[in-house]
Amino acid sequence: MTLVINGETVTVPDEVKTVSDLLAYFRLDNKLAIVEVNVRIIQKHEYGTTALCDGDRVEIVHFVGGG
Amino acid sequence: MNERYSRQQLFAPIGEEGQKKIRGKHVVLIGAGALGTGNAEALVRAGIGKLTIIDRDYVEWSNLQRQQLYSEADAKERLPKAIAAKRRLEQVNGEVEIEAIVGDAGPEELETIAAMQRPDLLIDATDNFDARFIINDVAYKYHIPWIYGACVGSYGISCAFIPGRTPCLYCLLETVPQGGLTCDTAGIISPAVQMVVSYQMAEALKILVEDWSALRGKLVSFDLWTNEYAAVRIDGVKKDGCPTCGRHPSYPFLSYEQRTKTAVLCGRDSVQIRPSARRQYDLNELAELFRRQGLQAEANPYLVSVSLGDKRLVVFRDGRALVHGTKDVQEAKAIYYRYLG
Repeated sequence: MTLVINGETVTVPDEVKTVSDLLAYFRLDNKLAIVEVNVRIIQKHEYGTTALCDGDRVEIVHFVGGG
Repeated sequence: MNERYSRQQLFAPIGEEGQKKIRGKHVVLIGAGALGTGNAEALVRAGIGKLTIIDRDYVEWSNLQRQQLYSEADAKERLPKAIAAKRRLEQVNGEVEIEAIVGDAGPEELETIAAMQRPDLLIDATDNFDARFIINDVAYKYHIPWIYGACVGSYGISCAFIPGRTPCLYCLLETVPQGGLTCDTAGIISPAVQMVVSYQMAEALKILVEDWSALRGKLVSFDLWTNEYAAVRIDGVKKDGCPTCGRHPSYPFLSYEQRTKTAVLCGRDSVQIRPSARRQYDLNELAELFRRQGLQAEANPYLVSVSLGDKRLVVFRDGRALVHGTKDVQEAKAIYYRYLG
């Protein structure tokens, strides 16, 4: 499947089916992140049930603390 | 109006009117590290009316690579950052009133400033989420905009939160990130700092000139080494039940239980201890007391630093202390009580 993640076209393996899978694939699943799919923010409890489709536009912003 | 702000006034969205507004504004800056010094210099050069700087730390050599207001002399003297920043900023622009507060930006301190001084803007330049959730509560309780900023490595993130206009940090995060997630030891490069400062300052200028429609309305992040950029609109995440900005706010981070007396400092191998009652030390006397016990102690007008083998104890006038060389709160407390009673 091909997704547009943070503006870049990225091909992910077939096992990536949901937002949860995507975060795990990028090893962001233990980080605090905000995920937007096609301009809609996905709530954390929806990560496992939100399916991704070819061509979806995904924005991932993860929080950091330093300053 | 003198020539000093002419280029800023020529910028049409600010103009002469905007400059007058900027001049009448009071900004509170929480933290005077990398983001804090960058924001402070920009605000003072832009000609705000008053800047309050709150910081609990002092200048060290490892700060000089990116904390732009500090000099080698400040590190040698271990000057509190708020004091060193004020000194430098007064050289940059003598027209700006600068208030330096050496201390913790806890709920009591921030609420007092918000209630008594009614500042126009709070800028987050802290290094931890405990502080940010306190800022978030104070901002929404007193209807003051605040601007989140953070950076680590080559990555940075920023967002402006405006009571009455945007959801708050709690709506976005739902939980307070715990230590391991955010305490970074990944280093930091100065362009990441400057980029976050730029995002924060751009939103700050819009807020100060009251150009609300120009606000970004997005949580923005970037990585200057991997050349990535992402932005997410935040207006959709507002929650009616939010304890900070919902219909029945309780401001949980301002409650007594949240007033932590100890804090492990991010990536610093240090613990901060605040005594339950404020103390008032004569620092020279205290240093002398340590020396009589055969310890190596140095004092400046703001703090005493004592070497204890692989640990170091730094005591401020009001009894607040930093124990360096440990992340163990119990061990730090033991050291504190052994030497300060």
